[in-house]
Amino acid sequence: MARLVVDPVTRIEGHLRIEAQVDGGKISDAWSAGTMFRGIELILQKRDPREAWIWAQRICGVCTMVHALASVRAVEDALQIEVPENARIVRDLIAGAQMVQDHVIHFYHLHALDWVDVTVALKADPAKTSQLAQSISDYEKSSTVYFKGVQDRVKTLVDSGQLSLFTSGYWGHPAYHLPPEANLLAVAHYLEALAWQRDFIRLHAVLGGKNPHPQTFLVGGMSTAMDPNEPFAVINPERIGFLRELVRGARKFVEQVYVPDVLAVAGFYKEWFTLGEGVGNFLSYGDYSSINQNDASTFLFPRGIVLGRDLTKVHPVDPTQITEAVSHAWYEYSDGDKPRHPYDGQTNPKYSGPKPPYDSLDVDKKYSWLKSPRYQGMPMEVGPLARMVVGYAAGQKDIKTAVDVVLKHFNAPPTVLFSTLGRVAARAIESQLMAARLEQWVDDLDSNLAHGKVAICNTTKWDPSTWAANSRGFGWHEAPRGSLGHWVEIEGKAIKNYQAVVPTTWNAGPRDAQGQRGPYEASLIRTPIADPDRPLEILRTIHSFDPCIACAVHVVDARGRDYSVLKAG
Amino acid sequence: MPLSNISSPAIDVSTVLARRGINRRQLVKFCSAMLATLALPERYLGQMVKAVGQARKPVLLWLQFQDCTGCSESMLRSSHPDVGEIVMELLSWEYHEVIMAGAGKQADAVLERVMTEDKGKYIAVVEGAIPTGEGFCTIGGRDALDIAEKVCRNAAATIAVGACAFDGGLVRSAPNPTGALGVHEAVPGIQVMNMAGCPHNPANTAAALVHYLTFNELPSMDQYNRPLFAYGRIIHDQCERRAHYDAGRFVTEWGDEGHRKGWCLYKMGCKGPAATFNCPVVGWNDHTSWPIRAGHGCIACASPRFWDTMSPFYDRLPSVPGFGVEVSAGEIGLGLVGATVAGVTAHGLIQILKPAPKPSPPPAEAHPEDELVSPGKGR
Repeated sequence: MARLVVDPVTRIEGHLRIEAQVDGGKISDAWSAGTMFRGIELILQKRDPREAWIWAQRICGVCTMVHALASVRAVEDALQIEVPENARIVRDLIAGAQMVQDHVIHFYHLHALDWVDVTVALKADPAKTSQLAQSISDYEKSSTVYFKGVQDRVKTLVDSGQLSLFTSGYWGHPAYHLPPEANLLAVAHYLEALAWQRDFIRLHAVLGGKNPHPQTFLVGGMSTAMDPNEPFAVINPERIGFLRELVRGARKFVEQVYVPDVLAVAGFYKEWFTLGEGVGNFLSYGDYSSINQNDASTFLFPRGIVLGRDLTKVHPVDPTQITEAVSHAWYEYSDGDKPRHPYDGQTNPKYSGPKPPYDSLDVDKKYSWLKSPRYQGMPMEVGPLARMVVGYAAGQKDIKTAVDVVLKHFNAPPTVLFSTLGRVAARAIESQLMAARLEQWVDDLDSNLAHGKVAICNTTKWDPSTWAANSRGFGWHEAPRGSLGHWVEIEGKAIKNYQAVVPTTWNAGPRDAQGQRGPYEASLIRTPIADPDRPLEILRTIHSFDPCIACAVHVVDARGRDYSVLKAG
Repeated sequence: MPLSNISSPAIDVSTVLARRGINRRQLVKFCSAMLATLALPERYLGQMVKAVGQARKPVLLWLQFQDCTGCSESMLRSSHPDVGEIVMELLSWEYHEVIMAGAGKQADAVLERVMTEDKGKYIAVVEGAIPTGEGFCTIGGRDALDIAEKVCRNAAATIAVGACAFDGGLVRSAPNPTGALGVHEAVPGIQVMNMAGCPHNPANTAAALVHYLTFNELPSMDQYNRPLFAYGRIIHDQCERRAHYDAGRFVTEWGDEGHRKGWCLYKMGCKGPAATFNCPVVGWNDHTSWPIRAGHGCIACASPRFWDTMSPFYDRLPSVPGFGVEVSAGEIGLGLVGATVAGVTAHGLIQILKPAPKPSPPPAEAHPEDELVSPGKGR
C-alpha cells in the first residue's frame, strides 16, 4: 500500500495535483486538488458589464473565447438584447473553430504521449509506416520518404542527447504497446498538428483580430463589420474565401488525420475501454442553435442529463438544482459548510492546507482550490463524452450515427463509452461533427453578404442610460471541455456580482460532505499501476478529461436569489 | 552570462547543423527572416548563423504560475521560426508544464538537473503572476515564489511573457485578491526582459530569443524593460486607420457606415493613441490580422498596469497626450503616468545594437504606475 503523488500533472492547462492510494498494483482511492487561485470574479465587480467579456476571457487562454461568449450572453440576457443573425453565426464559427482546434491539440500535444513512445518510433520501418498510413487514411503525406524524413528528424534529436520537450518522458514504460510503425505515424502527426493548429486558428485572427484572446465580441453582437464592397470591412468576399479555405482544411485534417489516428491508437489499447468509468452521470446544457440561442430544440448538441449510465432516459436540466460544496475546498461559508446554490453562494478564500513546501495534503480536511458542484446532490461529468452520451440517448441523428459507426468499428456495445478511451473517442466524434458544420456557417455569412444583410450588432442598449436599474442574466456555452455557465448581476451601470461555474470544476472538484468523489477521483479507481515511480496510467485517465484548472479555480460566487430554468430540448 | 559558455568552438557550423538536422540553406533563410524582424543590417547574418548553429542547444525552462496559459498557447502559434523548429532544433525546451512529456517527479527532476548542470547558462521564461499570499499557487507542494526565486536567480536571463508576468496583469488588478506581482518585483534584482501584452506576441518573443542567442545579450529595452523593437512605437502612429483619424472620419456606432469602411475607432474607446506595441506592423497569427483590423478598439494590452489604467475600455480617451509622430513612446507613457521617471526614448532601432541589459530596478521607484489614473476615469 503506497501513496502516489503526481504534482505537477503536466500536459494540461493549469495546476493540478493527484494523490492516489495503490493496493496490489491498482488504485484503491484518489484525490484531485487544484493548487492555484486568482480571484477573477472579485476583480470583475464594479466594472462596466459591456467589457466583462474582456476580463472573463482571461479566465483561460487555452479555451480562449469560451468565457467571452458566455459573458456577453449573460449580459445580453440581463439587458434583454437579441443579437443579429450574423453575430450569432460569427460567434458559432469562432466557437466551433475553437472546439475543433482545441480537440486536435489535446489529442496530439496533451494526450498522445500517454500512448505513444517517441523513442520506439526510431525502430519503425518507414515503408511499413507508409503502408499503415495508407491503410487507414487518404491523407497525402504518407510516403516512405515522408516518414523517413520524420524519423531522421527524431533520430537527430535523440542523438543530440538534448531531447527538449521529450526529455522527461516515460519512454520504455511497460504500459506502452503500440508497434514501432504506429509510434512513428503518431509522432509525424504530432508535428503536423503543431503546424496545422497554428495555421487553422488564423480563422480567429480574421474574425477576432488575434488568437489567443480574440477581441471582437460586443454586448449586442460582434465588431466584425460586414460589407460586400469594402476592402477594409472585416467580413467581405475576399475574407469569406479565406475562411472557406480554412474550414475546408480543418475538415480534411480532422477526417483524414485526427479521427483515423484516434481509431488506430485506440485499437491497440482496448483494455482502456473498460477503465476510467467515472461517476456515470452526464450533464450537457446544449449549444449551437441554427435559429436562436434560446431554442434548445435546434441545438447541434442537445441539452439534457443522463443518470447512472442509463441511456434510455434523458432528464431535463434545471439549474435550480445546482449547488456547490466547500467541505473539502479552501473556502469558508458564513454558516458552516452546507452546500449553497451558486446564486446564493459566497467566496471567502482561506487556505488551510499544509505550509509549503509540503509532501502530502491532509485529504480528510480541505484539500483543493476547486469547489464541488453537484446536481440534485450528485456529481456530474461534463464535456465531449457527456455531450455525445446525452445526444446518443436523446436519439439526435448525427450524433447517433457517428457514435454507432465508431462502436461498430470496435465491435463494442455503447457501455464502452463510459471509459478513458470513451472520452477520447467522443472528443474525436464531436470534432468530426463540428468540422463538418463549419462551412455551412461560412456559407450563411456569404449568403447574407450577397443579399446585403449586413447587420452585425444590436446597439439599442449600448448606452447604459437605456438599462433597467437592476437586472440579472445567465449565459451558457458548451465549451470544448463541457458545460459552462456565467451569471451576472447588474446594478446601475456596473457589475454587482459575477459568477462562473465551469466544466473542469464539475469534473475535477474534490469530495463533498457525503464523501462522494468527483469524476476525476472516481475515474481513477481500479486503474492498474505497473510502475509506481512512473504513474503513466494516472495521466491516461486524467488527460482523457482534458483538464483546465485555470478555468476551474476562478473563484467567487455571486449572491442572488433568482435563477433561470433550463428545460431539456 | 554569455552563451559562449555553452557553445562548442572549433566545430564547423555545417557539421553541427547536419547533426541537428538543419541544412545550411534553411538556417540562412531562417536567420535572414530574424534579421528582418529585428531590423538588423545584413552584415549580422554571419554572426547569427554561427550563434544559431551552436553544437549544444541552449536550454530553456518555461515556468507557469498564476496564468491562463494563453501565453503558452500564443507561443505555439509561432510561425517564424516555426514552433516545431524552436522546440526540435533551435532550443532544448526542457520544462514547460503544458506540453512537456513528463509529470510529477520526472518534471521536477528536470528543473533540479538544469539548475545544477546549466547553472547561469539557461534561459528562464515566466508566464503568469506570482502571488505573495501563502498557498495561492503551489507546484509539487512548493510555492510559486520559492520556485521563481531558485529558477530565475540561477538563469542567464529571465523573460517575462505576457501582462501577468510583466507587472501582475489582470491577477493584480483591483482588489488584487492574492497579492500578485510581476516577476521583476517578486524576484528583484535579476535581469528580466518583459514581453508585455495579453498575450505576448510570439513573433516578438521568438525574435528576442534569437537576438539573445546571437548577441549573448538582451535587446535594447525601455524603462519597463520591454524591448524597443517591439514596444518603442505608438500604435496610433502605425495604425492603418490613422488617415481616417487625421481626416476626421470616425466610427460612431458599431456596424455603421464608418465601421464597415474601416474608419478610426477612437470614439469607440480605442486606446491606440496611448498604447505602444507593434501589432500594426507584425500583426497576429502569422500576419493575418490584429484587433483594430478586426473592427475593435485597442485595449493597450502591452501598457503598464493596463487593466486598471485603460479600463473602461469603451470610454473615449479624455485627452490624448502628444498626438503625432514626433512624440516618442516613452513620452506617451510618462504623459499618462504623470510621473517624472527618467525615460528612455526610442530613436529608431539603432539602439538595438547597443548593449542594453540592466538589472531590473527596485520596485518602489520603478513602478510609478501605482499612481496611474485611469484615462477613462479622468473624464
